[in-house]
Amino acid sequence: MSAMVEIRSVRKSFGSHEVLRGIDLEVRTGEVTVVLGPSGSGKSTLLRTVNHLEKVDSGRITVDGRLVGYRRSGDKLYELREREVLRRRTQIGFVFQNFHLFPHLTVLENITEAPISALKRPRAEAVAAAHALLERVGLAEKAGAYPGHLSGGQQQRVAIARALALEPKLLLFDEPTSALDPELVGEVLDVIKDLARQGTTMIVVTHEIGFAREVADTVVFMDEGVVVEQGPPAEVLDRPRQERTRAFLSKVL
Amino acid sequence: MPPTPPAAPAPSPTGEAPAAPVLSKEAEPAPPRVVPVRRTGQWAAAAVVLLLLAMAVNSVVRNEAFQWGVVADYFTTPAVLRGLGLTLWLTALVMVLGFVLGTLLAVARMSANPVLKSVSWGYIWFFRSTPVLVQLLFWFNIGALYPQLGLGIPFGPEFLTVRTVNLLGPLTVALIGLTLHEAAYAAEVVRGGLLSVDRGQTEAAQSLGLGRWRRLRRIVLPQAMRAIVPPAGNMLIGTLKGTSIVSVIAVQDLLYSVQLVYHRTYQVIPLLLVATLWYALVTTVLTVGQHYVERYYGRSERDR
Amino acid sequence: MSLTSDPPRGGPAVPAAPDAAGADADGRLTVVPVRHPWRWLAVAATAVLLLQFAHGLATNPGWEWGVFAEFFTAEVILRAVWVTLQLTCYGTALGFGLGVVLAFMRLSASPFLRLVAHGYIWAFRSIPLIVQLLFWFNLAYLYDEIQFGIPFGPGFVSFDTMGLVGAMGAAVLGLALHQAAYAAEIVRAGVLSVDAGQLQAAASLGIPRLRQIRRIVLPQAMRSILPNAANEIISLFKGTSIVSVMAIGELFYQVQVIYGRNGRVVPLLMVATLWYVLLTTVLSVVQHHVEKRFAKGATP
Repeated sequence: MSAMVEIRSVRKSFGSHEVLRGIDLEVRTGEVTVVLGPSGSGKSTLLRTVNHLEKVDSGRITVDGRLVGYRRSGDKLYELREREVLRRRTQIGFVFQNFHLFPHLTVLENITEAPISALKRPRAEAVAAAHALLERVGLAEKAGAYPGHLSGGQQQRVAIARALALEPKLLLFDEPTSALDPELVGEVLDVIKDLARQGTTMIVVTHEIGFAREVADTVVFMDEGVVVEQGPPAEVLDRPRQERTRAFLSKVL
Repeated sequence: MPPTPPAAPAPSPTGEAPAAPVLSKEAEPAPPRVVPVRRTGQWAAAAVVLLLLAMAVNSVVRNEAFQWGVVADYFTTPAVLRGLGLTLWLTALVMVLGFVLGTLLAVARMSANPVLKSVSWGYIWFFRSTPVLVQLLFWFNIGALYPQLGLGIPFGPEFLTVRTVNLLGPLTVALIGLTLHEAAYAAEVVRGGLLSVDRGQTEAAQSLGLGRWRRLRRIVLPQAMRAIVPPAGNMLIGTLKGTSIVSVIAVQDLLYSVQLVYHRTYQVIPLLLVATLWYALVTTVLTVGQHYVERYYGRSERDR
Repeated sequence: MSLTSDPPRGGPAVPAAPDAAGADADGRLTVVPVRHPWRWLAVAATAVLLLQFAHGLATNPGWEWGVFAEFFTAEVILRAVWVTLQLTCYGTALGFGLGVVLAFMRLSASPFLRLVAHGYIWAFRSIPLIVQLLFWFNLAYLYDEIQFGIPFGPGFVSFDTMGLVGAMGAAVLGLALHQAAYAAEIVRAGVLSVDAGQLQAAASLGIPRLRQIRRIVLPQAMRSILPNAANEIISLFKGTSIVSVMAIGELFYQVQVIYGRNGRVVPLLMVATLWYVLLTTVLSVVQHHVEKRFAKGATP
């Protein structure tokens, strides 16, 4: 199986603070990678570099064979203009911790906005597709509602539908359930598990160990900007090799 | 503080505590009468204010110098109405042009480029530090500095020249002066509005592949409006009042029209009252309008 | 947040390896950053305009910088600046004094007091300052004399209005009454911004009401009041220029008198302009420091 995402020697600093210290990672097509780690480990930053919401300082990232943020020509790397970066982003879906739905647009409009303006789909087609997506995440009746009327769990499911509307090749989840009340976490995880079972390539940054165990093909443990350990969930979660991994897991389990 | 609620009714005469509300009136003893706190301080203050008010109203109604008859006469004469029309037109134009320029300044101020950023900051600082009257008179006298305006190569030959005096009459000067002044304040209001939109909104739009202008138009600006409209509404009212300053350079707005009359008839107070009443009327209408516009922009937020 | 939104900040990447499907050869690739042609055009246009303006500033004889230098610190100007500052001080003090009273009237439980305060604020915010000043200036025509005595009854003592109030007094009165309306709204907003829980906590501790206000509410309300109050003071300071229509010797009027005499309009206007800019900047700096002092202990 080919690699959908290749991350090589990525480094990133914010000012004098080095957040990513040389990350090497591969995500194969159709697989689910879960990234675990304490806060400050750099996992969210790493995720955001994959769709160029953060620029890397050194190293490179490839998604589906193409460099993220640059275009190679000979031995020069041309920084991409924003327009091109945006176009590439339509192939990478991103779900935020705080959902970031557009509050002044209805649920339906939230979902159809990108297909219409970024992919230039005809409105009727986009609306039909949006209804189908809402059906899939279990919110068919909320199409005309405003995000403000929905619970956190419902908003996040709409956010997932919004990301799916572009039919991306890769889905990125940045702590999708961390901002939710505990009783709402389940409904969102169910949607994500469903997507995983359908073979979507995804990288999920999360604290939900149970979810990782159930759905992940690879678990990556990060701490202080480096990948400490990675492997199948059975290995990393049940038989961790590294001391740091053990320490972290003992605190959360 | 609110008065304490009446105590629970005493147990029924049979000595048992009532298990359910007793419906019959006879069984329930009357609750004690509640005597609210006496607010002597408040009543005293109210009395004083009432007295002052009565005296003021009495003098306003009775004093001959007010000449209410004259006020009524001049309230709707063509000259006054024309002046009012000019005031309204000037207000609208200054608001629109001021906000257009202000938005450009706001975008420049938030740009990554240091030149644009500092020039914009400099403009805003300077035009907010001087009184509008001074600025107005400056533009009025600009002919002394630039007797000719020309179009051509910078520092080189000019193709087209025109005498400033011919180009800039008092009304144009007033428009330019007020607009430039307005833009400085508008820029800060627009900037504040754009800053108030959560950064996550821009990121979400970016991660959906939305282009810059689409982002601005569809996502950021509509949300920024909620923070822009209230201060903009205040600015509108302020601009309306501010146009009265152009009377100093003899532009025939409402105030100047009124002054023309009283310079002739010496009925200063009644004519000032005519202007006062018109201003009060228009600002009140604008304030009511502002209220409705604010409600419109707050709708999705409000229904939470 | 950068509106021109190059997404993230941070320098361009210098990758260690090329993007080859197979080999991971070591080699440094040069990164070519993205170009922004339109932005540079805007910068160029702005720069050219600025240069032309600066050039004019230096060479255009109309500016008459010599005359400017002569008058900037002339005694007559300095005295006028002092008058301006006095008008600002008295106007602010009286204005905020009355404003605080009005604010508490609006916050009081009595609907009558609330109505009167609201009416005052509405009236004085609906009328332009220049109209208000012209009104007070012509006060003498309204009231030849002021009487003190029993309301609606006989008077004991009377004064000739013009002698008592005078042009300067009318100016301060006009500025103060105008200011009071705005000050009232600022104070009221500030008091309302204090979390209601604060008053409840104080009340449940049995703290007397006046002390509640003085020690708990007001200091916290200041955090919201001060920035707005400072803006109002700066506004008032600039508003004193309108007093010039009443022929009072504040800065702007004085400048007009001088250029009315010697015809040198532009340099004298620059004198006034630069004094205003100087003083408003000083006031802004003071505002900044006072705000910082009151922000101690506040959540950022």
